Amino acid sequence: MALLLKNGRVIDPVAGIDEVADIIIRDGVIVEIGKDLSIPKGETLDISEKVVLPGLVDVHTHLREPGREDKETVASGTAAAAHGGFTAVCAMPNTSPICDTGSKVRFLVERAAEEGVVRVYPIGAVTKGQDGAALAEIADMMAEGAVAFSDDGRGIQDAGLTRIAMDYLKAFDAPLISHCEDESLVGHGVVNEGVISTRLGMPGWPAAAEEVMVARDIRLAELTGCRLHLAHLSTAGSVALVREAKSRGLRITCEVTPHHLFLDEDVLIGYDTNLKMNPPLRSAQDREALVGGLLDGTVDCIATDHAPHAAHEKELEFELAPFGTTGLETALSLVNTHLVATEKLTWADVAQLMCHGPRAALGLPEVSLQAGSVADITIVDPEARVEVTKDWFMSKSRNSAFLGNKLLGKASEVLVGGYFALKNGKVVAR
Amino acid sequence: MLSCKHIMTVSDMTPDDITMILDTADSFTEVNERRIKKLPTLRGRTVVNLFLEPSTRTRMSFEIAAKRLSADGINFTASSSATVKGESLRDTAKTLSAMACDLVVVRHKYAGAPQMLTECMDAHIVNGGDGVHEHPTQALLDLYTMRRTLGHLEGLRVGIVGDICHSRVAGSLVPALRMVGATPVIIGPPTLMPARPDVLGAEVVYSLDDALPTLDVIYMLRVQFERADAMPIPSNREYAKLYGMNAKRLAAAKPEAIIMHPGPMNRGVEISSDVADSPRCVVLDQVNAGVAVRMAVMYLLLGGEGGGTAA
Repeated sequence: MALLLKNGRVIDPVAGIDEVADIIIRDGVIVEIGKDLSIPKGETLDISEKVVLPGLVDVHTHLREPGREDKETVASGTAAAAHGGFTAVCAMPNTSPICDTGSKVRFLVERAAEEGVVRVYPIGAVTKGQDGAALAEIADMMAEGAVAFSDDGRGIQDAGLTRIAMDYLKAFDAPLISHCEDESLVGHGVVNEGVISTRLGMPGWPAAAEEVMVARDIRLAELTGCRLHLAHLSTAGSVALVREAKSRGLRITCEVTPHHLFLDEDVLIGYDTNLKMNPPLRSAQDREALVGGLLDGTVDCIATDHAPHAAHEKELEFELAPFGTTGLETALSLVNTHLVATEKLTWADVAQLMCHGPRAALGLPEVSLQAGSVADITIVDPEARVEVTKDWFMSKSRNSAFLGNKLLGKASEVLVGGYFALKNGKVVAR
Repeated sequence: MLSCKHIMTVSDMTPDDITMILDTADSFTEVNERRIKKLPTLRGRTVVNLFLEPSTRTRMSFEIAAKRLSADGINFTASSSATVKGESLRDTAKTLSAMACDLVVVRHKYAGAPQMLTECMDAHIVNGGDGVHEHPTQALLDLYTMRRTLGHLEGLRVGIVGDICHSRVAGSLVPALRMVGATPVIIGPPTLMPARPDVLGAEVVYSLDDALPTLDVIYMLRVQFERADAMPIPSNREYAKLYGMNAKRLAAAKPEAIIMHPGPMNRGVEISSDVADSPRCVVLDQVNAGVAVRMAVMYLLLGGEGGGTAA
């Protein structure tokens, strides 16, 4: 089965390409990229005016299966990923039960093989039950397909145990993904400590509660030589710490989320629980520092922290509602609207921040737009208009921080291993 | 008429709204001094006291206020409510809405709960205290008491002393004082200050003794240990030494300065018994004013609709 993509604007900094060209895909692999190509038989798709990128990957997704299939499943979460232009997601382990053994990793791998619309890379827990007390069976999880390890959702409070985890992970060259939150500083905090916590009368979550953990884990990575990836950085101080660490040549990577890039704490004035996140939305100065980190290369990737929640849980009082927003289906459109259409980033930068950067950070299989590469491809219609309504989502959950937004650009096609996961804007059932 | 449909936060109100409430409360104070303390004004209107956090004085004050205006008052408290059976606040609000209540007074452990009620029911909502956010009728009754005792509000320097960061009273009183031309000064240890007092518009002083001689009103707060994540002060003894109002400090204050407290008082901690019982301390006047001010709030929110008449 052959597929010919005609007249797309093919952009991939790794392949060194940015031109209108045709792509021939055969047996799941890119076989040729060039001008005026044709195939004797097979499917031809005209993608004039569209942008072709190497397959985007989200390194921070909560699929909720097993345990909370009412919020999301492997099937619905990967459909949402395809809808948003991703060819792969990395699934965080804070499911119920926690993904902390090889057999639980295998469950997810099997579910993904049965029902996944895009690829799923499991992330295993660092500690048993994510309770921060004892190491989980990391080698066993790696043998079943775990790509990285994280106690995301809480973070490991004990510095000594973090050091042991890093030492142990070093043997496998697997990254530790750090959720930076010092619980003794956060307390019952639910919003950024400062103007908004004072105005709303809600417990504050200081920027320092993230930054002390970022500083701790950078020092421990330096001590142990472990690969460290810092999840969802939200403050100017965190970006400065990473910038300084990178200037010293440390193997540290980090991600920021679209909600921290494009929203700040001022939006919280109406107590909308869809805007309650961990870490919380920060000040305008923090937000600008995160964008600055994207532009100067300090930030390696944009990751969604897609966190689906049931409507009845989000409809509680702000302090009782769970943290998190969905993100897979809005990330690319937000990046285009706020960064590409405004000429702060190029599409080549997007390929770096949403494909190559995250793949390198977690050591995922590399893809690129050149002959011989696996055909994991994202095709974007940069002029498409998106209105984010509750009906827009393929995710089972609707708790988006961006409901009501009018955005520019969306993925029109997603190819995973040469097969369409998204075609003409519609998710393709397996 | 008031400019707002609900009494949610002080900043939703205008200075004219505040003046109208205080002036209306004056006429209800006169009613409360009669032998028959009842008016037919809100006959046939239903007022629900939705108290989802323990409260005695505020609930009783609203209840008495509703009764004196002849409204049908219903008490819905946490212990007797559906909430212990796991019903959400939204569902409780929709249930009350279906019963066609006219006004709901809500007291809730969490900030923003009154706002949530306005989103799912048509009734007028009065915030009876939401978390550590606001308690607007307390601020109104405090202004009323200050105006009645000292004769005016403009130009007063009001020191609010103690646990500012856990105080919804301070959350409403600081903006209310600014709105009427008074100067709020918040006084306490940094561990009990909000993260950004500047956004509330209050002066911050760490030493009570430094601020004391400049104050016209000394407003004492209770330390709410139950709300603190970690112990914010070393001991009650040291707290009383630094921030307790006692006879010695009272002597250092302006001779006409008054002492206020929203209650309940912790005698021996933030206030000594001799000060609490002195004529300079107006806590019972505050409680008395509470009924009149809450009558005024209910009357102004509901009275215009039903064609009722004031006292």
